[in-house]
Amino acid sequence: MKLTLKIWRQKDANSKGSMQTYPIDGVDGDMSFLEMLDVLNDGLINQGEDPVVFDHDCREGICGACSLMINGEPHGPDRLITTCQLHMRRFNDGDTIVIEPFRAKAFPVIKDLMVDRSSFERIQHAGGYISVNTSGNTIDANAIPIEKEDADASFNAAACIGCGACVAACKNASAMLFTSAKVSQFALLPQGKVEATRRVLNMVEQMDKEGFGNCTNTGACEVECPKGISLENIARMNREYLSASLKG
Amino acid sequence: MSLDSKLPKGPLADKWTKHKNDIDLVNPANKRNIDVIVVGTGLAGGSAAATLAELGYNVKTFCYQDSPRRAHSIAAQGGINAAKNYQGDGDSTYRLFYDTIKGGDYRSREENVYRLAEVSGNIIDQCVAQGVPFAREYGGLLDNRSFGGVLVSRTFYAKGQTGQQLLLGAYSAMNRQINRGKIKSYNRHEMLDLVIVNGKARGIIARDLVSGEIQRHSAHAVVVATGGYGNVFFLSTNAMGSNVTAAWKIHKRGAYFANPCYTQIHPTCIPVSGDHQSKLTLMSESLRNDGRIWVPKSKEDAEAIRTGKKRPTELKEDERDYYLERRYPSFGNLVPRDVASRAAKERCDAGYGVNKTGEAVYLDFEAAIMRYGSEQAAIEDIQNPSKEVIREMGEKVIEAKYGNLFQMYEKIVDENPYKTPMMIYPAVHYTMGGVWVDYDLQTTIPGCYAAGEANFSDHGANRLGASALMQGLADGYFVLPYTIGDYLADDIRTGPISTDSPEFEEAENNVRSILDKLINNNGTKPVDHFHKRLGKIMWNKCGMSRNEKDLKDAIDEIKALREEFWKDVKVPGGLNEVNQELEKAARVADFLELGELFAKDALHRNESCGGHFREEYQTPEGEALRDDENFMYVASWEYKGEPADAVLHKEELNYENIEVKTRSYK
Repeated sequence: MKLTLKIWRQKDANSKGSMQTYPIDGVDGDMSFLEMLDVLNDGLINQGEDPVVFDHDCREGICGACSLMINGEPHGPDRLITTCQLHMRRFNDGDTIVIEPFRAKAFPVIKDLMVDRSSFERIQHAGGYISVNTSGNTIDANAIPIEKEDADASFNAAACIGCGACVAACKNASAMLFTSAKVSQFALLPQGKVEATRRVLNMVEQMDKEGFGNCTNTGACEVECPKGISLENIARMNREYLSASLKG
Repeated sequence: MSLDSKLPKGPLADKWTKHKNDIDLVNPANKRNIDVIVVGTGLAGGSAAATLAELGYNVKTFCYQDSPRRAHSIAAQGGINAAKNYQGDGDSTYRLFYDTIKGGDYRSREENVYRLAEVSGNIIDQCVAQGVPFAREYGGLLDNRSFGGVLVSRTFYAKGQTGQQLLLGAYSAMNRQINRGKIKSYNRHEMLDLVIVNGKARGIIARDLVSGEIQRHSAHAVVVATGGYGNVFFLSTNAMGSNVTAAWKIHKRGAYFANPCYTQIHPTCIPVSGDHQSKLTLMSESLRNDGRIWVPKSKEDAEAIRTGKKRPTELKEDERDYYLERRYPSFGNLVPRDVASRAAKERCDAGYGVNKTGEAVYLDFEAAIMRYGSEQAAIEDIQNPSKEVIREMGEKVIEAKYGNLFQMYEKIVDENPYKTPMMIYPAVHYTMGGVWVDYDLQTTIPGCYAAGEANFSDHGANRLGASALMQGLADGYFVLPYTIGDYLADDIRTGPISTDSPEFEEAENNVRSILDKLINNNGTKPVDHFHKRLGKIMWNKCGMSRNEKDLKDAIDEIKALREEFWKDVKVPGGLNEVNQELEKAARVADFLELGELFAKDALHRNESCGGHFREEYQTPEGEALRDDENFMYVASWEYKGEPADAVLHKEELNYENIEVKTRSYK
């Protein structure tokens, strides 16, 4: 396959970026999208040019590092996968592919396609945990039976990989889906109920402080989420937040 | 220096308790004057950092990823073992201990393994308390499944994402401590050297991967929990960034490196598809609970399948060779990983492989789908269900168990594994070898500890499935926090460690000179060129089976490749910016040294054991042939300038509580 790539290049956080065009030949359908970029970079290095910087690590869809906007969609055209799981057989000979970083005020560009998602970190610091000591003096695991439906729903929320596609997909750059997934994971479990009030208030406060936008229920985040995190989590967080506010 | 494993005296079952009672403690008021650096934030590093901070130490964590949550433990799929005996199938601490020693082919320490089995149940309690959403039964209690090399169901899991859920648990514990100000987490930072002051580990040199700044960080102790070195093979199931650098740097500063040749080649990975391939993807071992492994019985059928003239589903039962069930009737498809991998290679080398490359075997779910479907139809009281109804119901059961793995497979291979058997082939997955540590997880450098996959301690020559998660969390939550206190008790009056010492200066200059050399090399070939060539040498000559000649060749070839790398590698960009090629180059430079030590270790071990198979040492049936008289020891290597000059120190292994036997899964 012969393709034309239009890629966002930006030297660093303080420089202005722009789209650059790169033709690429010999792309095989069995290649992953990131392997195609490896080939491009190999060529750029050989020509003495700077390779394109992008985040990636596990290349099997679980670490959440990869974060490309491909033809205007986070993680590209397919559903329920990350960029690293996208394969070139999804494209046709002669296609032009536009590749940009995840864009949001709270995700400043570091270089080229790499963005700073430490705002997500700080939301998790604010309350993404159950306050239990880790030195081993806990009760037996089976002393806390949990309804299978609740355990499964909690797992489904906990499957979030923290990639930020929800933010990139949202016209308001809202982090509601991400934050609500963490709130929901714990809210659904008896272990998490004890400090549920503090958790939701603190995490939402941090989310707002980071400059993420509001949720206007467009649902774009759910559509683009590589792990299928459901909008129900946002509804659950809103309920949790309301009842916490009334208590507080 | 002689090796002192510091194994406690007394009966095996009492050793850990007694040791905990004997070791020194640090008073809470003094802990706040003590700093600990933890490098790596996977299961071992993340759990260690959270627990040390909770105890009151000031912890600094370092990871190259943009978040601790992205460490490669996240990718572990199948599960975590614990001797809970919730299923009432006869499990016990002793049985988990026994299975692990046997699984490791009698090349691990009894004391360490027993402790691991002893704390395993605690891990599950801990994780549930933290909100890890393990799979449950309808009664609300925890579900278990079975893994290779054992005859009980002791594996706890969260779909095919157990590593993710456990790591997020450890990360949440870290978050709590970050929020309390007890952990300062340095993300997108990479450790590039260890600083030793007066014989003790006192800090590290790290590079900020965004600004490029070279930084000095001091502490009273340093924990290295940076995972394994599988990427020395270039293609592996590891993440692209997984590397040996931190472990190798401490080795060069005096930490012995143990059993580097013990590598786990995992039997069920998606086969290589072409030269562009950057990594390999694992299909969890849990699939072998329900999948049956086979190749065609006749070479003609294999050839017809390779050339696309036949489909695997066209072959009748009696035209298929379920070779694991045939060779190992008692364990069948659930033999340990090393055995399953070699058996796949044996069939493919003999000409029975499928896939275009001839390097693949089938993992078939047909029987399981029909079995579960019939069960489900009976449960739902459907009379005389059609085959289609049974299949549909069976596929639903399989989807609930392994849905994400099947989806992953379909995305990569572009085939529906519910309808056509999966194709799999062995790939490098885990390294049992690593930094030598004593019972306290301390390396041969005082104050420098190694935890998780980075150390060598618990898995011997082969790791059983679902035991890596157990070991990482055992080390981090339950072992290190106790043992490190024993060492730090002497440091309560030391005060802060200055970074203005000649030792920090020397280490920083060392790092700068390496990075400057790479950047100003003006070579002609990118880093990956060398990494791929190193990987080919390792896979062909130090892979699933090894022999004297190949290993000698490998040593020469790696040495020559290393020299070529330093002459001809091309690293674009500068030091003071994001420079991913520079990061890779520094890592590959270390792999090029480790690879040679790896081959040297494999060459010296004139026996076959676990993941180390030497063609010269096998039984007439092709099974591994150990030499307990001459090789029942840990091979621990001391750095002496060049890998070729490394000096061997032997730690003899003693088995007092377990009878050493030939491992048999027949």
